[in-house]
Amino acid sequence: MSDDVREDDIKKAEFGPEAGPETISINMAVERESKSRVPRIFKAQAFQIFIVLIVIVIIFSIMAPNTFAQLSNLRLVVQNASILGVLGVGMTFIIITSGIDLSVGSVLVFSGVVSAMVMRAVGGDGWGVATIGILVAIASGLAWGIFNGLLISKAKVPPLIVTLGSLGMALGLAQIITGGIDIRQVPSVLTSTIGYGNVLGGIPIISVIALVVILIGAFVLHKTKFGLYTYAIGSSEEAARRVGVKVDRHLIKVYGMSGALAGVAGILSLSQFSTTAIAGQSQTNLNVIAAVVIGGTSLFGGYGTIFGTVVGLFIPAVLQNGFVITGVQPFWQQVAVGAVLIAAVYVDQVRRASAARGASTSLWRHFFARRKNT
Amino acid sequence: MSTPVLEARGISRAFGHVRALDDLDFEVYPGEVTALIGDNGAGKSTLVKALSGNLAIDTGTITFEGEEIQLTTPMQASALGIETVHQDLALAPHLDPVQNMYLGREVMNKGIAGFFGTMNTKAMAKESRRAFDELGATVRSLTSPVGSMSGGQRQAIAIARAVHWANKVVFLDEPTAALGVRQTKNVLETIRRVRDKGIAVVFISHSMPHVMEVSDRIQVLRLGHRAASLDAKDTNMEELVGLMTGASTRGAA
Ligand SMILES: Nc1ncnc2c1ncn2[C@@H]1O[C@H](COP(=O)(O)OP(=O)(O)O)[C@@H](O)[C@H]1O
Ligand SMILES: [Mg+2]
Repeated sequence: MSDDVREDDIKKAEFGPEAGPETISINMAVERESKSRVPRIFKAQAFQIFIVLIVIVIIFSIMAPNTFAQLSNLRLVVQNASILGVLGVGMTFIIITSGIDLSVGSVLVFSGVVSAMVMRAVGGDGWGVATIGILVAIASGLAWGIFNGLLISKAKVPPLIVTLGSLGMALGLAQIITGGIDIRQVPSVLTSTIGYGNVLGGIPIISVIALVVILIGAFVLHKTKFGLYTYAIGSSEEAARRVGVKVDRHLIKVYGMSGALAGVAGILSLSQFSTTAIAGQSQTNLNVIAAVVIGGTSLFGGYGTIFGTVVGLFIPAVLQNGFVITGVQPFWQQVAVGAVLIAAVYVDQVRRASAARGASTSLWRHFFARRKNT
Repeated sequence: MSTPVLEARGISRAFGHVRALDDLDFEVYPGEVTALIGDNGAGKSTLVKALSGNLAIDTGTITFEGEEIQLTTPMQASALGIETVHQDLALAPHLDPVQNMYLGREVMNKGIAGFFGTMNTKAMAKESRRAFDELGATVRSLTSPVGSMSGGQRQAIAIARAVHWANKVVFLDEPTAALGVRQTKNVLETIRRVRDKGIAVVFISHSMPHVMEVSDRIQVLRLGHRAASLDAKDTNMEELVGLMTGASTRGAA
């Protein structure tokens, strides 16, 4: 109950208190629909961060035209970002509901481990065993996601705590069932196709899979009732409940989806690295969350896009790649990404504050205005 | 007198030691505006929540069109044609007016597109625009989040939504609280128009002139109990204020 109140307060802070009695002003007579949809795109944080990405790419391209600005390098960046892209789709949905999922990296590992063990037990190197492995990985991830969703919606344990718990549990169980030793037997059909296979003369299959997941995710989020309910719950759970949205069931689905996608990512990782890489995903959750937030999705819920998440993934990825190529100590990437993350959340705050006044939400105009004022 | 469309008998609801509703009787008739008045904390909002499926009652019975019902969810009330504008409006701030209007009742596309869960946004926008216009509501943009709109616009959207979906009873919990003169006039006109369609309107307000202007019947709440149920033609502002504050008593239920 007190939680609800706090939520309401946040929403109120976001949009301002009940505006006082409306004065009858001249512009009340102006009742026209805002004509063009285009300007809104420019105001979206996802678009602004996209410009930032373009600028970063241009700078590195000028600094290292023969190494950075090459198709082969672009391909490498895209390939490396693919697994995070799959996870980012689920995370975007979750953060829009004003939740969080810290468990994705561990669930990825757990799914990969269970899948690898099942495939090893079944034996063989063909698509038959690979298909079993894929289904097992997705099912394992889904199970963790539903576990998270049930605790969050039915037991009302905060998402941060639930997924922190399942982060530890999934990783711990993965270590218990393997004895802490990575499994390195992965069917060769997986490694040679998903792992390092290409289609259309050089497009990594793993990236095509990620793109399909991203496109489906964007469609579901932005075009369907399921997506609308995701926003509605993040915007005001109470409002959604009152009109009959089955909030609990929806949250279970959203966390279940994130878990299932972590299972998909588990198979992708297994294929790409030919090992369960149990210790290799400790930063994954934070990287994915950072990407989603950099992409303009509000940690307070109700606002965000898949496009933004994709852009948010590429900023760290491009920085990392560019620093290595230009000979800057790659540790700077962490510093830069941290700064971008803070900036993104700051911009979100500004946006939410100005939404309350119905004023401009443009980052550029905001900075411009600041400079004039001070 | 016709039979009440919605009737509460002896309902009580306590929050800890606070008896928000205390053995309360209440009824509304089709095609009538019933004003529900009372001091802050008298239990008006609690009553609205109880009669719209948003709050369970401890004891008492609720009757709809002569049949006893258990109201446990807002959807159940909606299915009966009962709609509510809550004092806090209960809109989703990040969604636009059309999405709010149709939330939980989306018009889906036909055929394959509908199978994939897409919505007929054009049809919903058109119908929403019509509903807002009918209300005389100044909803400037159908595609901006309602959270960025003024209190008046949000209130208009919430009222339009309730009026659009109700066909038996509309509860309006202080619908004019954030409104200016012109919009208040619109709301009062809307109340009359809805009533003339044969729908029962429950109007909660602290403004006695507005209450006197639109009501057919006035029920006064005091400390969770009905202090009086009066014919609007048969009373005046001084008496109402007296009843609300407990300075006088009359026609108690
Ligand atoms: N959810 C709640 N928890 C605790 N007390 C409540 C709650 N809702 C209402 N009350 C109490 O019930 C009484 C009636 O409140 P309310 O129905 O909001 O009054 P009104 O709308 O007439 O101003 C008040 O004393 C209020 O504090
Ligand atoms: Mg009230």
